[in-house]
Amino acid sequence: MSVTTLPAVAEAQYRPAAFWRGEGFPLIPVLILLLIAFVAIFADFLAPHDPQVGSLARRFRPPAWQQGGSMQYLLGTDHVGRDVLSRLIFGARVSMIVGLAAVLVAGTIGTLLGIVSGYLGGWVDQVIMRVTDTWLALPALTFAIFLAAIVGPSELNIIVILGGVYWTRYARVIRGEVLSLKEREFVRLAIVAGCSRRVIMWRHILPNVINSAIVLATLMLGVVIVTEASLSFLGVGVPPPKPAWGLMLADGKKGLMVGYWWLTVLPGLCIMLMVLSANLLGDWLRVKLDPQLRQL
Amino acid sequence: MKQYIVRRIGYSFLSLFLLSLTIFLFVRLTGDPASLLVEPGASEADMQAIRVQFGLDQPLWVQYWHFIASFVSGDLGQSFYYRTPVLDLYFQRLPNSLILAATAMTFSLLIGIPSGILAAVRVGKFWDNAGKVFALMGLSLPSFWVGLVLILFFSVYLGWLPSSGSGTIWHLLMPAFALGWYFAAAHMRLTRSSMLEVLGSEYVKLARLKGLPEAMVIGKHAFKNALIPVITLAGINLVVMINVAVVVETVFAWPGIGRLLYEGITFRDFPIVQGVVVIGGAMIVMVNLFVDILYALIDPRIRLES
Repeated sequence: MSVTTLPAVAEAQYRPAAFWRGEGFPLIPVLILLLIAFVAIFADFLAPHDPQVGSLARRFRPPAWQQGGSMQYLLGTDHVGRDVLSRLIFGARVSMIVGLAAVLVAGTIGTLLGIVSGYLGGWVDQVIMRVTDTWLALPALTFAIFLAAIVGPSELNIIVILGGVYWTRYARVIRGEVLSLKEREFVRLAIVAGCSRRVIMWRHILPNVINSAIVLATLMLGVVIVTEASLSFLGVGVPPPKPAWGLMLADGKKGLMVGYWWLTVLPGLCIMLMVLSANLLGDWLRVKLDPQLRQL
Repeated sequence: MKQYIVRRIGYSFLSLFLLSLTIFLFVRLTGDPASLLVEPGASEADMQAIRVQFGLDQPLWVQYWHFIASFVSGDLGQSFYYRTPVLDLYFQRLPNSLILAATAMTFSLLIGIPSGILAAVRVGKFWDNAGKVFALMGLSLPSFWVGLVLILFFSVYLGWLPSSGSGTIWHLLMPAFALGWYFAAAHMRLTRSSMLEVLGSEYVKLARLKGLPEAMVIGKHAFKNALIPVITLAGINLVVMINVAVVVETVFAWPGIGRLLYEGITFRDFPIVQGVVVIGGAMIVMVNLFVDILYALIDPRIRLES
């Protein structure tokens, strides 16, 4: 790889003016994400009912606009009479917390290992990359299920497991970037100036790979949320009766065959909107912030 | 060449070693493995008996040795629920998983390859953008939700297809589509980029210069070569499909490996869970090794590079 041409390419494609003017800015996805974040933060004030308490007397009520629905339960009720809207609202909180925290854990592990691996090289690099390759080869979902089955379901466990399963992509990409950064003038000058390896990695390399890490994080958010929903759906994710979208889908199966569509369609739509928005934002960030990641 | 293959095999063994070590350590670091090996509600005396029986009272490296030795000899333990060896259960379910994966693969290639070619030939135009949207949807929609919505439409409202179970070809359609959907997007993306690369190559230019009709250039010259990476990915993905079908198989009660894993989770049948994960990981390591060696045999550039 010709290292010297990289910065030129990057500068040519990174146009700050266009970035701030927001060319092709995915406005709707960002608004959706902000809305979900808002709902997640203020769930206590927004939810009309308690998401965990229901009454069998009012189970399987359809949404308000359908026959038998009432304005009191706008999006209907589930198999134990809990308000679907309230559960969706609190579910946003679970998805946001688990999604962001897991991405943060994965990003931290992956970025640190990537920097250490790329900068130090030698046997450290060999060991870290071999482990990364092995981890990468495993089917992430199956492995996450395995781990979750051992440690038992809880939100914290899910965050740690997802972080522990998905750090590999960061490590690979960041290592690649560090390899080229290492040869750049400012790093060589820092070495000549007598900076310690720790200072170089922390002060000179890290700030330069943080863009890529953010892009990856945005793209990973969707994957993590889908995996969390899958785990919850299978009963090894967020433990019931907590309102998580994946759990709601699992509960919705009880009403599926009799056509209680709102229990299946609505939580799925929420997952889809959040994941789609995160992906669209990530795609845009990738092109804008980090031309080197375009081929990803 | 020989050196390259030997090294690749070495790496694969290293991967398998790390995989087994990870699973071994995780089970032991996160709690008492005896509690996973006895049925729920067992007494303390039973636990102690299990510890002695499975050698859990011995030093870690001895335990690891036994762990590996039993796997190599094909002993993955016995299911609590079915009272049969895990390996037998696995092979009972494998044909179902293979049928599902093969059908899902057919769906994904039938959708992915034509749309990928179309996107590449009309790059930047309507079909390319439509393809991008499709790929994004494929990556954003959880496959099990696609499955649930399919059930809602085709089983509940229309009554055309059975919602769960197996036996006829009609049972196969919805789970295969739900599973293939995600992979269709991946195959489309790769077909598109591979096709674009080939279309820019010298021999395609030559074919055009010769005055061949465009359909011939694309269909015969470009398509064949663009297909190679796609077929490779499809081969790997077939193995991946078997291992990620757990959610789709659960939704449709399809009696494959994924369903076995789900039963393992719900019945707290630890030997099944461990067995399915170990075999799945080993399968993927092996298929990667196979593809790498195949590529080295076909393409001399790869072995020269190393």
